Amino acid sequence: MSFFLETLVGGLLAGVMYALVAIGFVLIYKASGVFNFAQGAMVLCAALTFVTLREQGLSFLTALAIALVVMVALAIVVERIVLRPLINRPPLTLFMATLGLSFVIEGLSQFLMGASVHELDLGIVDVPIRIGPILISQLDLAAAASAGVLVLALSLLFSRTRIGISLRAIADDPQAALSIGIRLPSLWRIVWGVAGVVSIVAGLLWGARQGVQFALTLVVLKALPVLIVGGFTSIGGAIAGGFIIGASESLAEIYLSPLLGGSVSNWFAYAVALVFLLIRPSGLFGEKAVERV
Amino acid sequence: MSSVTEPTLPLSAISARRFGDLHWTPARAVLIGAIALAFLPLFAGEYWLNAVLIPFLVMSLAGIGLNLLMGYTGLASLGTGAFMAVGTYATYNFLLRVPELPLPISLVFGGLIAAGAGVVFGLPSLRIKGFYLLATTLAAQFFLEWLFNQYGWFSNYSTSNSISAPRLAFLGRDLTGPLGRYYLTLATAALLTIVAINIVRSQTGRNWMAIRDMDTAAAVIGIPVAANKLLAFAVSSFYCGIAGALWAFAYLGTVDARSFNLDRSFQVMFVIIIGGMGSIAGNFVGAAFILLLPILIDHLAGSAFGNLIEAGQLENLQKVLFGGLIIYLLIKEPAGLTALFGTLRRKLGFLPRRADALAHSSDQ
Amino acid sequence: MGEPILRLRDISLSFKGIKALSNLSFDVDAGEICALIGPNGAGKSSLLNVICGVYRADDGEISFAGQALSGAKPLTVARRGISRTFQHNALFKHLSVIDNVMAGLTRQASSNILEHAFSLPRARAEERAFLKRVLSVLGLLGIAQYADAVVATLPYGVQKRVDFARALVSSPKLLLLDEPLAGMNHEEKREMTHFIRDVNERLGVTVVLIEHDIGVVLGLSHHVLVLDYGRKVGDGTPNQVRANPDVIAAYLGTVH
Repeated sequence: MSFFLETLVGGLLAGVMYALVAIGFVLIYKASGVFNFAQGAMVLCAALTFVTLREQGLSFLTALAIALVVMVALAIVVERIVLRPLINRPPLTLFMATLGLSFVIEGLSQFLMGASVHELDLGIVDVPIRIGPILISQLDLAAAASAGVLVLALSLLFSRTRIGISLRAIADDPQAALSIGIRLPSLWRIVWGVAGVVSIVAGLLWGARQGVQFALTLVVLKALPVLIVGGFTSIGGAIAGGFIIGASESLAEIYLSPLLGGSVSNWFAYAVALVFLLIRPSGLFGEKAVERV
Repeated sequence: MSSVTEPTLPLSAISARRFGDLHWTPARAVLIGAIALAFLPLFAGEYWLNAVLIPFLVMSLAGIGLNLLMGYTGLASLGTGAFMAVGTYATYNFLLRVPELPLPISLVFGGLIAAGAGVVFGLPSLRIKGFYLLATTLAAQFFLEWLFNQYGWFSNYSTSNSISAPRLAFLGRDLTGPLGRYYLTLATAALLTIVAINIVRSQTGRNWMAIRDMDTAAAVIGIPVAANKLLAFAVSSFYCGIAGALWAFAYLGTVDARSFNLDRSFQVMFVIIIGGMGSIAGNFVGAAFILLLPILIDHLAGSAFGNLIEAGQLENLQKVLFGGLIIYLLIKEPAGLTALFGTLRRKLGFLPRRADALAHSSDQ
Repeated sequence: MGEPILRLRDISLSFKGIKALSNLSFDVDAGEICALIGPNGAGKSSLLNVICGVYRADDGEISFAGQALSGAKPLTVARRGISRTFQHNALFKHLSVIDNVMAGLTRQASSNILEHAFSLPRARAEERAFLKRVLSVLGLLGIAQYADAVVATLPYGVQKRVDFARALVSSPKLLLLDEPLAGMNHEEKREMTHFIRDVNERLGVTVVLIEHDIGVVLGLSHHVLVLDYGRKVGDGTPNQVRANPDVIAAYLGTVH
């Protein structure tokens, strides 16, 4: 029984890690309706920047601050060069643009900062601790805590500040929002900047978990099922989706894999997403789209 | 005012344009191109055939496959690699276990199995809209890749699950040499390209484009949407399956499931984005680009910077270039390079009027 | 006018708690032109959508030519002989007029993918036959000279005629026109009205159209249906409806 619990908790925490990346997607999707495939590349870029600066001898905080500046600068450039010209295009076009963007960011990051694996030390000892009958990774706990703080901060942002309210207006009715004077470009820059910050958090935690390397960009492939399950427009949904995907993936890996003779974690998350798509396409907490002819 | 006016062009003239020149010109172009390419081995060495032309033709075929699904029907897919794998492993097993079947039949059967997989994984498209389809096709990609890696039966229990063609022969002739493989690829590509052109100009092509462009209105107009979506998946996967088999046996010689991973799906998607979605010719342009650009960059970097840039960095530069090109094309010319060429040719006055009508009155 | 060809009984439809249509019942006689009018948001487009199967009514029955139509999918409705035009045309922007109108004949096509793939004689013969029908409809609507033109290059008025041609080419029994005169100038409206009347009188097609121009409606239609807030407030000949106090109230917005 405790084995089951351990697997479950481990899965839930892994799910939090997925959710961290998914939150970045939700932000951008809420503000501009774009599924930003480049989010994974952004996570890599953030982590790589931080780790390279640290290796140059800069302190934790300095490196963090500079990485922040870099990500915000990236946000501004992306808004100007990629998003603005593609304002009215269909979602698939925007997605393909972010696909191209992810290649550019990946290529550039690795060109400038190297492609070897970097170790990321966050000062968290990776010795599992015992809570009750089960063992839990301290890193995963730190991730869960960060995610909690992040969600809280973002909720406050959305409900209390003008920026947050503007964002919700845009998500609700872009035309109306524009007509009352909400300035789209500056809003997008802010959102991409915030998404950049989220990328740093995700990048640091993932980097600590498995080293900073190219494979980091592949987290985006795990974020998609999370978003499908939880909805593309809800941060709470991203967390819920993360829990569901993380837990089911872990449990499937332990209990289903032996039956099928191989590791199912490659595709199980997507199978879950597929089921959700057929039953509840807008996700658990997403908004339903009404079709008008 | 008379309410019945005669068409200004007599029916025979319009008929001729549709069934005469308009109908035949693209197919004729393909035939001429194929015949020209058939003479190429007289001038070009083995390297050109093996390393450039065969992959070019195969990638174009895969591009056509994805284009039929994504460019013409508007159904996004990242499962191309997986469907190529299905065709490859299916063809392999037919060649291996049913050796009485002639090679073309094994290829076609392999394509049909891939078509079946396409229909199965295409079922969600009946309920799910454009962009979300990427997720279901990703499911196909990951699952099928896992399947072929996991169960040794598909690769006849070989080590590392890799496969090579048991034999490539047709009408008593051994096709395993570079020339044999080249002509096999050329003939298959030419035939399938003509078929693709026929399809997109037919009722089926119009139905697919209606689904892409008119969404709900398509059904109201009288188009069987569900049947046509599945048909698109079937035909697309058929093409990808055959392309996969050719990639494995005519080009590389030996493959495992990793040759058809997500990167391959992205690669084919780039072929159609760069070449032009909703175009048959565009796939050739895109494939040429995808295959030749890395070679070009290598040479340029070599001569311009000597050996200052190492291989890994060149790859990164390539990434930046491809990504940048895609963004540029999406912003400036969503219809891809083919459209750019078309505009250029028209501006320079190179296109004769008949073909001009072609460029205007049909898919780009 | 003949027997009723379209009968609606107690049709209700709601979206997210808002009633778009409430207990709507009426008949459309074969061979008549029936205009659907009413203030914005009255449910006219929703009604067309229910008839052609895009929306499924919550309650009520529809029958067409004696057969039940309730709950039928759009494809079935199309195959029964009901065609429709769209407010925003829904045309292939980058294809020719011919290709656009041809799409209206898919419901009668019998060739399959293999015949298309190998350009077999039966498919080519079918395409040729369809082409003849397309050209004759284009001739009927005075746009034959645009046959090969790309739709996006054509003026809005011509595009609306292409949409109309596509709806007409399959020789439907019932034509649903969604604001066929919207965005047209006076001259264009005259011509389009003429075509609608022509199609009705010469081809015997029953027409139901949504229209805002009351002058056109009164001159063109045999039967007028007035909707307000999803309910029927007027049903009769143009003169009857014109004098109906409920109708006047609906438009002028007095207290209901």
